[in-house]
Amino acid sequence: MPLLEVRDLCKDFGGLRAVSNFQLKMEQGEIVGLIGPNGAGKTTVFNLITGLIPPTSGSIIFQGENLVGLPPYRIAAKGIARTFQNIRLFKDMSVLDNVRAILHVHNGYGFWDAALHSPRFAKKEEEILARARELLEVVNLETRSRDPARSLPYGDQRRLEIARALALRPKLLLLDEPAAGMNPREVASLTELIRFIKDKFQLTVLLIEHQMGLVMNLCERIVVMDFGEIIAEGTPHEVSNNPVVLEAYLGKGAVVNRC
Amino acid sequence: MERYFCTLLRRRERVRLALLGGLLASLYGALKLLSLAGLINEYWQRVLDQALITTIGALGLSIIYGFAGQFSLGHAAFYGIGAYTAGIIGKVWSQGSITFFLLALLAGTLAASFIAFLLGIPILRLRSDYLGIATLGFGVIVRVALENSNRFYPPLGGATGMTGIPQVANFDWIFWFTVGTLILVCNLIASSYGRAWLSIREDEMAADTLGINTTRYKITAFVLGCGLAGLAGGLYAYRYPYLHPSSFDFLKSFDFLLIVVLGGLGSISGTVVTAICWVFLLEGLRIILGQAFVDWRGVIYAVILIVTVLLRPQGLFSGKEWRLLFPSRDQDGTWGKEGKHASLRG
Ligand SMILES: Nc1ncnc2c1ncn2[C@@H]1O[C@H](COP(=O)(O)OP(=O)(O)OP(=O)(O)O)[C@@H](O)[C@H]1O
Ligand SMILES: [Mg+2]
Repeated sequence: MPLLEVRDLCKDFGGLRAVSNFQLKMEQGEIVGLIGPNGAGKTTVFNLITGLIPPTSGSIIFQGENLVGLPPYRIAAKGIARTFQNIRLFKDMSVLDNVRAILHVHNGYGFWDAALHSPRFAKKEEEILARARELLEVVNLETRSRDPARSLPYGDQRRLEIARALALRPKLLLLDEPAAGMNPREVASLTELIRFIKDKFQLTVLLIEHQMGLVMNLCERIVVMDFGEIIAEGTPHEVSNNPVVLEAYLGKGAVVNRC
Repeated sequence: MERYFCTLLRRRERVRLALLGGLLASLYGALKLLSLAGLINEYWQRVLDQALITTIGALGLSIIYGFAGQFSLGHAAFYGIGAYTAGIIGKVWSQGSITFFLLALLAGTLAASFIAFLLGIPILRLRSDYLGIATLGFGVIVRVALENSNRFYPPLGGATGMTGIPQVANFDWIFWFTVGTLILVCNLIASSYGRAWLSIREDEMAADTLGINTTRYKITAFVLGCGLAGLAGGLYAYRYPYLHPSSFDFLKSFDFLLIVVLGGLGSISGTVVTAICWVFLLEGLRIILGQAFVDWRGVIYAVILIVTVLLRPQGLFSGKEWRLLFPSRDQDGTWGKEGKHASLRG
């Protein structure tokens, strides 16, 4: 059984069909790239999978269960975490609390434990603190744990978003342009990071990215979208030699320009 | 090593609790001594008690708006519901017994919480800012209902106000209720609840997408915050001999809002200090300006708000906290870090 199976997914915004008959099967442990020109509908696919917007039609089966109609927080708790294209951290909370807030989803305690700081509270908080430190170490932010998230440089904010997503103990991680705004050195270390967390936490990763280097490097399989539709699918090699893809990116008759 | 670290934390926590307890006890002792020595007369004692009662109510709004980010314009309505609920129980049944006083406080708290729950369920499920409008309208409804309350039940007094509640709540009760509330609120803030509330204030959509049941936490914040307003109202009813609908109108709601904003959104210490200063400031102005103060109250509030927001938009405490209030394990967290943590949105 695939971990995620998206069938005939459609989304209309008024007259605009942002996603049209989108199909995707992901096996446990895969890294799949989702690419396409601006406005192709990639982020909309993420918003549909995470339940932020309801699909017009189609189904999203995760571990054999249809997610359509569930509220986002329930979908998240089932094991789907994401990052955002336009970073959405809890900016005025500390780096540590950004992670801790999400760790509580699976490691909570009751109202009275919290109100009275019961022994159960103390025990859980110790676990959570240790776990949060561990996750911050993974993304190399442990020294910044007390600083407000807004004070981090751009690249670190993206890494913190990844740590926060990992706090959910996801099975499926959706990364929306994680390398946007990063310099080549940061992109290289991000590539390493994604590989590392995929193995360490046994993740399945769906990745939207414009930086082809990163996608080609990481993904075994790439899905290409344009105008809401899948126009090509295959290995990085196949996709990068597919004339339809080149046309979508460069316009008709453009010269092939490999990067 | 790990174990040593844990015991160290626990020891620090014990030291903190001992310090905090000692400090509060000495504050209480000092105030008692001053009042026994006649240095705090009846009049200023009333003002002090009002300041503490206001603190309890303001802590409630601090949770709702300062932490969970839900804008409420009707906090005084819940304060009024608590006051009238506790008051009517005291007036009709209690004859001044302590047990009934405590039960009446509980009833006032629960009544305010329950109504907040009913109001919150339809509104807080939405992601947009309808709460402000809804609570504004609700405040008007409560005010009108209180003014006409004698038609349903004459002892409530209606527009002429309600008297005859036994004056059981003295400084001692009020002081320790304030301390209890403060500890409860600080504990919650330094827990999964506080973090969930802040995450909703910071980015509700991100919180929702990452597994936080935002509706539940918003309702919890609103119900709890309004419950504290109800508790404050109950204490008020048992402290001052006269309840009148005008004490629970929009201007009073604005009072609470000003305190929370001026103290700095997301700062418990700021809320407490501002609440106390605010009540004494108003009393001072009342003495200096006399009748003019009553006429110009709205304008004075607006001027104070504008000046503060211009001079210090992040509030007096700008999200800083008095360390002693929060567990030492949280020194790793948001609390007590100087300067960097400004909490006003935008
Ligand atoms: N909430 C919305 N309401 C209306 N239209 C929307 C909404 N969200 C997205 N769209 C439209 O849907 C189309 C697809 O947008 P989407 O954000 O999914 O593109 P994308 O592939 O992520 O592009 P980019 O690479 O620029 O991030 C765009 O035309 C966009 O304007
Ligand atoms: Mg996008």
